[in-house]
Amino acid sequence: MPATHPGARVLLGVLVACIAFEVMVFLYGESPREMLTLLYEGTWGSVLGVGQVLYKATPLFITALAVDFGLRAGLFNIGTEGQLAIASLAVAVAGAHLGMMPGAVGTVILLAVAVVSGALYAALPALLKVRFGAHEVISTIMMNRVADGLVGLALGAGLALPGTVQTTPLAPQLTLTKLEAWVPGLSGSSVSTAVFIAALVGIAYWVLVSRSRFGREVTFVGWNPVACAHERIPVARRTVQALLLSGAIAGLASSATVLGAKGYFEQGLGAGAGFSGLAVALIARRNIPSMLFVALLFGTLQQGGLFINGHVPKEAMEVLFAVVIVAVALTDSPSVLALLTRRRARAGAPS
Amino acid sequence: MSILGSVVPETLRMSVPYAMAAAGGVLCERSGVVNIGLEGVLLTSSFASVACALATHSPVLGVVAGLVAGGAVGLLHGVLFARLRVNAIVSGVAINIAAAGGTRFLLRGWFGSSSNSPSIPALVELPGGPFTRTLLDPLFLLSVVSVVVLTLVLSRTRFGLDVRASGEDPVAAHALGVDVVRTRILAVTLGSVLCALGGVALSYDQHQFQSGMSGGRGFIALAAVILSRWRPALAVVLCLGFASLDALGNVLQNSTHLPPDALSMLPFVATLVSLFFVKRGQLAPEGLGKHAD
Repeated sequence: MPATHPGARVLLGVLVACIAFEVMVFLYGESPREMLTLLYEGTWGSVLGVGQVLYKATPLFITALAVDFGLRAGLFNIGTEGQLAIASLAVAVAGAHLGMMPGAVGTVILLAVAVVSGALYAALPALLKVRFGAHEVISTIMMNRVADGLVGLALGAGLALPGTVQTTPLAPQLTLTKLEAWVPGLSGSSVSTAVFIAALVGIAYWVLVSRSRFGREVTFVGWNPVACAHERIPVARRTVQALLLSGAIAGLASSATVLGAKGYFEQGLGAGAGFSGLAVALIARRNIPSMLFVALLFGTLQQGGLFINGHVPKEAMEVLFAVVIVAVALTDSPSVLALLTRRRARAGAPS
Repeated sequence: MSILGSVVPETLRMSVPYAMAAAGGVLCERSGVVNIGLEGVLLTSSFASVACALATHSPVLGVVAGLVAGGAVGLLHGVLFARLRVNAIVSGVAINIAAAGGTRFLLRGWFGSSSNSPSIPALVELPGGPFTRTLLDPLFLLSVVSVVVLTLVLSRTRFGLDVRASGEDPVAAHALGVDVVRTRILAVTLGSVLCALGGVALSYDQHQFQSGMSGGRGFIALAAVILSRWRPALAVVLCLGFASLDALGNVLQNSTHLPPDALSMLPFVATLVSLFFVKRGQLAPEGLGKHAD
């Protein structure tokens, strides 16, 4: 399998994002240099900006891990969007009922709720996949749309505070501490201790995929299900487990949004994190540090998008995501590789 | 007017985007190319037709622009997959993200609105009731003709044979002298033009472009393609079923107090339920996602 170095992929991604950004801004009729300065000032140029980038990148990193686990089993879990929405709703509703429970216990319970609800919402596509052979791409996309409707229905049917579209706020000790409590410069930023949860999830994920039998079996199933069946690895069961676990991880992204930033759930909170996480996973390709860097890149673009929004519509950043996905995917293309190596061979040949 | 009298023409009208996306999807997939970018093609073509109709004040040019834009997206997908060997799902995801973001970007950039464009003139002003207006709509007629032509092309022509050969067994097709790469790029491009007809019909139906107006129809159409076991006529019939749920939802929304969220979920729930009836791997093109060497 032709594969470029993970670090090279990330660098290429950053480079392409920068160039494409400059080109788009130029075509839009704004000054590329001014917009880049604005983008920098709003993100890495200040402590507050860095905090916001971290806040935006946290759910992307977690959903990227979720998508990645599916990919290892050969599954495209496009449903992280819906799994996250349902888990966020569940966490907010459960949290509102926990009341005066001590903080640490309550937070652990709420994270467990996120995991279970995310996994449950992936159960139907998993069942459809192994029992009925329905492709998970179709079923998980449908589940995303259904999740939109379910969330709307649930909020409309009494889970939201009367006259609003948001749930009852959690008791303060149940939410995650915002980092602004420790770093004065972060005042006003939504970044919270969810970044540490994300880091723990990342480490646990690394142990799972590279140090556990289960993780290895899932990867093998993704490579060659027929050989796995002969080795008595339960292929269908591992497939189901992979999709459930993928949904469970996606649910954990609600730690950054519901528990970290808002303390309640409202329609649309965390929307887009699933799709962006999918993009991150596709670019980083099974490399956990790359996922972290690409999530930071996307977080930077999302946060920077808000700063240029007055000059260039922030939706431009989504187009950049797509451009980066394609550009990085092209590095695996045999024809592109052949072109590059032929050039290099010709350049290296004695004249 | 009776419920039936309003649901039937509404169904026919709303089935066009579904049916054309499905017809285009059949052509792509029969050539061996998975196309989850149909949703992006619908959006792109809707936007292009509205933008061009507004810029040129010519509804006809709007239709043409929509078809060309959709075809261009298809060409890109075809080249990325067939020529450059990028994973078709990856390419499709990128196309959908770019189309969703790009249309909203341009909507705000050109029309200064994040929700909808100014309205466009109708293609033709038709007399009569809902039935006649639906049946005589040029885009509806064009869609019906395209589906018939597609069925004939797939089953009766040399190109159709090449498409099916590339989809069933790209290695054998290549050995027999079929240019698999070219056939696939052509099939995906033409398939996307068919899909684009659905996107154009969508925007002329609403007389404007709305952010995210394809609303998942491309994905449902893809499900219809699979449920039909890759047969265009059956896929179109299934799409009529999905569209009838849309139409029913609209009618119920106007006549009852059911929550709109529940009604808008109907086609998606129906798709999920229908997936229980797919028989594993049955009659899928054997070479779907594979290359000639």
